[in-house]
Amino acid sequence: MNLPSDLQARLSVASRIGAAVLGGYALASAAASALALSLPPPRHEAALWGMLLSFLLYALAVIWVMQARSATRAWIGMALPTAALALACWLLGAGGGA
Amino acid sequence: MHSSFRQSMAWLHTWTGLVVGWVLFLVFVTGTAGYVQYEISRWMRPELPMEARGDLPSPDVLVGHALARLEANAPEAKSWQIILPHAARQPRGWQPLSIRWEEMPPDRQDFGRTGSEVLDAVTGQALVSPEPRDTWGGAGLYRMHYALHYVPYWVGYYIVGICTMLMLVAVFSGVITHKKIIADFFTFRPGKGQRSWLDAHNVISVMSLPFFTMITYSGLVFFTTWYAPAPVAAVYGTGDAAMNRYWDDRSTVHKAGYQPARAEAALLARLVTEAEAEWGAGRVAQLRIEHPRGEPAFVELSGIAGDRMGGLRPAHLRFDAANGAPLPPDDRDGAAARTERLLFDLHEGIFAGWGLRWLYVVSGLLGCGVIATGLVLWTVKRRQKHIKGASAGARFGLRLVEVLNAGTIIGLPFGIALFFLANRLLPLQMEGRAQWEFHALFFGWGWALLWASVRPLKRAWIDLCRLAAAACLAIPLVNALTTDRHLGASLPAGDWALAGFDLSMLGFAAGFTLIAGKLRRKWAVPDEDGASAGTAALAARHGRVRHEPAE
Repeated sequence: MNLPSDLQARLSVASRIGAAVLGGYALASAAASALALSLPPPRHEAALWGMLLSFLLYALAVIWVMQARSATRAWIGMALPTAALALACWLLGAGGGA
Repeated sequence: MHSSFRQSMAWLHTWTGLVVGWVLFLVFVTGTAGYVQYEISRWMRPELPMEARGDLPSPDVLVGHALARLEANAPEAKSWQIILPHAARQPRGWQPLSIRWEEMPPDRQDFGRTGSEVLDAVTGQALVSPEPRDTWGGAGLYRMHYALHYVPYWVGYYIVGICTMLMLVAVFSGVITHKKIIADFFTFRPGKGQRSWLDAHNVISVMSLPFFTMITYSGLVFFTTWYAPAPVAAVYGTGDAAMNRYWDDRSTVHKAGYQPARAEAALLARLVTEAEAEWGAGRVAQLRIEHPRGEPAFVELSGIAGDRMGGLRPAHLRFDAANGAPLPPDDRDGAAARTERLLFDLHEGIFAGWGLRWLYVVSGLLGCGVIATGLVLWTVKRRQKHIKGASAGARFGLRLVEVLNAGTIIGLPFGIALFFLANRLLPLQMEGRAQWEFHALFFGWGWALLWASVRPLKRAWIDLCRLAAAACLAIPLVNALTTDRHLGASLPAGDWALAGFDLSMLGFAAGFTLIAGKLRRKWAVPDEDGASAGTAALAARHGRVRHEPAE
């Protein structure tokens, strides 16, 4: 086994795990928040629906990352939807419930 | 990384499973014990009297006794509660007549001090129950399955939460890995080494897959605001104040405050009789009396929580406390809150009668089995490969997993057996006694890990199985020597909580003996391995693996 390619493979796996754990969590949080903000009142029910579904979203995100063709694609696949959903949250008036 | 989707799922399943396997094993073992936690608590507090029901006076007498004591104890209370004698589900067992009250909350607080008394149903006098020994009982084991031990509770929440999330991923990816999930279920090829371990893992997993999916997901839901706080932050804003607003919205606490609770015995007795006519005799579990400022004072009658009759939530009836006119129920739970409660109820299984409860216990034990067979499978696969030569790091990793497997899969049950023995053997007046029961548990587990690391692997499995069997066997014996709540007393009295505990320990002793015998015959390990044990121990210390010939 040749070392550089072995190292490269390890780094790729590490990067992918990062995308799954951190990127997946960010994506699940953003999607759950956008859902909570777009559901009709009462708002505690909307927030709870978001939280209840976020574990499913997280699991699906992790599974998607693991089957992505490359670690870079995995990161892009997490980052772009997260950014879009974060923007949607901002437009829906996130945190303005106070 | 991997050519096919299914391969990458297999990779994900293997490694997520390995990383969190031992923590999840602890969670499943102690969580399964949680399904019988009231029976365990009962056994661990032998001072408490055997259950006594006797003949009960009529509702008006019971309610009269309760109101008299409430007026004497808490004349200015925010809330009065009367618990009528009934067969409860949580905590399981017979509940005697008792009262609870909550004093007026101090300024700007939601909750006041609470008090309670158990009453003699006939005389109405407050009963003093014997002080049980210092122990956490079954609740201590149950708490370990979400908060661990020796760490602050929130550290435990996060560790268990991360492991549970990984398990959810392992469950999903495990399903995807098995395209022939139905065929796998009917496949078991015993005595074929790795193949048998894989089959066992598959069969148990598929059998209890609905249970795993439910238990993992609902387990996460218990801590939504810890694990997934983003939606609350999005809707309410960030910080403690925003989180408090979320909980306030869900709370039934009346913001305008309360006037002292008052009630009339004759009216309460009439309401109880009417509710019993609808729900059945002995099925009114409790009455709550409150007077929110600016609203009519109310009496709320609840059925038995988890009772079949009430579905997953006790039935509620609400009446005006002044004239007995029906009031609309205060139920602000929407679809999300009801979904959450359904998941809680499924997780805890409080609604389960004894038949379904056993199914819960068996499913929990199958969960332990899935994790154990998965962990063993990991080592069996690699041991065969590694015989052909592997790096020192890989060999060390394999050895580490093998030691952790034997030391945990058998060592943890051994530790829990010591936990029960410590409950009977530690001096009653000992300082920090309840904590020492836990020290005994971790001493047993730690000792098993140490033993697994210095003995040849197969030898260690057999030793530990025998040790665990001996410890389980000792429990009913020590119980008989130290208390009068032993099988000789509990069986004739028909006290199945107490007798069931001792009998289950005998069952575990038999189980571990069978495993030890089977392993010994299969591996043909001599009882005394003389010099070879020492050599193997030496080899282990140098990080070398002692390879057994492949089966």
